[in-house]
Amino acid sequence: MSEDIKKFMYLNRRAPHGTIYAWESLEVVLIGAAFDQDVSLAFFDDGVYQLLKSQDTSGIETKNFSPTYSALGDYDVTKLYVEQESLEERGLTLDDLMDLKWEDEDDDWAEKDSIRLVSRAELTDIIEQQDIVFSF
Amino acid sequence: MSTLHTVNKSPYEKSSVGSCLAHVNSGSAILFYEDAVYATIKGASIEQLVTGTEGVKLYALGADLKARGITDDKLIDGVEIVDYAGFVDLAAEHDRVQAWV
Repeated sequence: MSEDIKKFMYLNRRAPHGTIYAWESLEVVLIGAAFDQDVSLAFFDDGVYQLLKSQDTSGIETKNFSPTYSALGDYDVTKLYVEQESLEERGLTLDDLMDLKWEDEDDDWAEKDSIRLVSRAELTDIIEQQDIVFSF
Repeated sequence: MSTLHTVNKSPYEKSSVGSCLAHVNSGSAILFYEDAVYATIKGASIEQLVTGTEGVKLYALGADLKARGITDDKLIDGVEIVDYAGFVDLAAEHDRVQAWV
């Protein structure tokens, strides 16, 4: 079985509410999580906006799917790579993002950070290590 | 003779915000809405471009800021928040509306 596990990465490069890409990506991630693969997500370019804190869509009458990111840990999706340069270009820091956690069952259910801040060069290498890359 | 410019695309994904800023005259106004509200975050690489237009009033649609988690403390100084009724007022107050779609 273990040799069948592939590394899946979802690339998120779009802002969350102006188009459907971000939400569609999240839906596919949640469906794909059922297949016991090694899943990770990358947030870069406008994709970093998906993880901003305190999103409230009541005024634009669309679904606020941002709380769903905090459920990813329960589906064993625990690696969310965020590109440092994309944040900086947009005047943002890690503190502006949601505090996403997962519980490590191999470490007495210790709470760990899901978001991993990486440089553009590091992200490039991480993408190159994947078997399958999905772009949104 | 003043124009209300409206922009709704992310400045990092489309050239609309940049082109709008390059085609705006003193006395006119720009309303950022939908994904263009990301242009009003301070400390970003495009801040100087956004604030570099002399005599141009800058507005952002409140509901779109709120949806995207852009709180008031993140806004470039001088950007005024309007609601949907304010959008209509701005359109009525100016001689024309130029949409950068």
